[in-house]
Amino acid sequence: MTAVLDALTNGLQRALSDDPHVVLLGEDILDPYGGAFKVTRGLSSAFPERVLATPVSEAGMTGLAAGMALRGLRPVVEIMFGDFSTLAVDSLVNTAAKLRWMYNEQVSVPLVLRTPMGGRRGYGPTHSQSLEKIFLGIPGLKVVAASHFGDPGELLYRAILQQDDPVLFVEHKLLYGLQVVDAAAAADFAVERVGSAEIFPAYRLAMRGAPAPTLTLAAYGYMTELARQALVKLAYEHEIFAELIVLTQLAPLDAAPVLESVIRTGHLLTVEEGTLSAGWGAEILARCAETLGGQLKAARRVAAVETPIPAAAGLERSSLPDVDDILHAAETIGAQLHA
Amino acid sequence: MTDALALYRSLVLIRRFEETILAEYRRGAFSGTTHTYLGQEANAVGVISNLEPDDIVVSNHRCHGHFLAYGGDPRALFGELMGRVTGVCGGRGGSQHLHWRNFYSNGILGSTLPLAVGIALAEKMQGRQTITAVFAGDGALGEGSVYEAFNFASLWQAPLLIVIENNHIAQTTPTNQAMSGSLAGRLAAFGIPAYELDTSDVTEISSAAQPLIASIRREQRPQALILNTARFGPHSKSDDTRPAELVDELRRTRDPLALYSRHIQPELKNEVDVEVDALVRAAFEQALADPPAGGAN
Repeated sequence: MTAVLDALTNGLQRALSDDPHVVLLGEDILDPYGGAFKVTRGLSSAFPERVLATPVSEAGMTGLAAGMALRGLRPVVEIMFGDFSTLAVDSLVNTAAKLRWMYNEQVSVPLVLRTPMGGRRGYGPTHSQSLEKIFLGIPGLKVVAASHFGDPGELLYRAILQQDDPVLFVEHKLLYGLQVVDAAAAADFAVERVGSAEIFPAYRLAMRGAPAPTLTLAAYGYMTELARQALVKLAYEHEIFAELIVLTQLAPLDAAPVLESVIRTGHLLTVEEGTLSAGWGAEILARCAETLGGQLKAARRVAAVETPIPAAAGLERSSLPDVDDILHAAETIGAQLHA
Repeated sequence: MTDALALYRSLVLIRRFEETILAEYRRGAFSGTTHTYLGQEANAVGVISNLEPDDIVVSNHRCHGHFLAYGGDPRALFGELMGRVTGVCGGRGGSQHLHWRNFYSNGILGSTLPLAVGIALAEKMQGRQTITAVFAGDGALGEGSVYEAFNFASLWQAPLLIVIENNHIAQTTPTNQAMSGSLAGRLAAFGIPAYELDTSDVTEISSAAQPLIASIRREQRPQALILNTARFGPHSKSDDTRPAELVDELRRTRDPLALYSRHIQPELKNEVDVEVDALVRAAFEQALADPPAGGAN
């Protein structure tokens, strides 16, 4: 059994070890501290020349990394909290993501920006957000979200060494402590790769021995765990049989695994921790509506309430989507399903 | 061609190129926007003529002069501004977004400073002996990323020449309405030595740049060259709010071509003028005849 945290550290360690062009930059990432969430622990001791502690300068370090990437290195930037990624937006959007295209394919910018997003830790309005939706649909920028399904360390390794364009690599804070769920650890679930994506694959999760599903759940990141818990309750307590599609590449979006599932189930529920409007779920729904027409019989989105994220535990709980919210939305669809 | 004549030729090339751009915009050969380098030619020529072939130049929105001084092809630059497939970036980038060999420009002010620091450090980490020269104007000094970049450059000892071209006006805002303290003081705060000139004479600029570049290469740390200069043209195409008398005065007293002509025999100067006129005209006509990117307009 491996925790997601250790898998990610291992992915970084392997990338540093396999390619001397890999460099890590970030705030407080050196040992003995090893980063605010400890993802880089041990790496500055093993690779002192290539693990660089930066000043508190997200815009600067991301711009620096773009320059390094232009000239042959493979920089990996850690933004300590996803909320601070807004400070790096210009460097990411107007420099890193544009240069290859703007310079007519004459350069490449292999840059990974890793950052922990998400709430449920009581960190309040500026240390809890899931802001990845503002990076979806930026030409030239790939957005990848780890989950505990599959191999998150390998996902990070591929983002660093097998991509020549910038990647925003999203790590939800609550994933770090979860165990990686590979096929062997899935127990009552069948986990299989679906779709044609090779590098950042999609997965389908279904309960073994259950009847054919009539509902598709789609999720990424930590919400895949809440969706998995909801899947069990829906089956045992509501007799709604669902399957879960887990995407790891959020942008550019390949919706085929979701479409394929919805063609069979007819019903879709998207689950994300960011706010509802113009979010990831909205894009998935739009793709389904455009492609499936009447085959999509009903759909809903589960997402966060559209206020900043409160610090107080009770207030935070009521602002972020949880298992009950997924069950409630599924029941709403279920009512239409059985009507 | 002697070195002296080569410098003059480079100045004239930029001047004629930019004059052609402004004239032909009015006639409709170009669309979009542009920022000409008229009056500042000596800065690009004085600095870039001292770089080695593998050195790197990072430039800004006002990049035509830097590009031509770097050795960029006038036809490809005309083509880029006209949206031709033969353009420097196939028409994708336009006036402000050029890349050729080790030359990179971007139209976001201030963004190029961190980029240049990263480039310089990547070169250093890979054991190359290059230096990186980044050109920025006084207007860019309002951006916070510039100071993050100064800090990184000094802290991590980037082999970087920071060239600040202070033309005393950011689009239409005089520098004294936008900048507190002093420019040299801002660099000094980060421990970056700065050499300041107030001239449009390319020999003075070149004489200052040459030892600076040598010491950056030798000592592997950043240094700055502050060039007080004069913009003869509008910020873009027709947005000059300065009194005409002021611009006329600048043209009379700060013209890099007039200042440098004194170093050259009149008949040789005349030969260069004729040669460059013909070259720029031919480059323009060739670009005009090149196929448009994305089909006919």
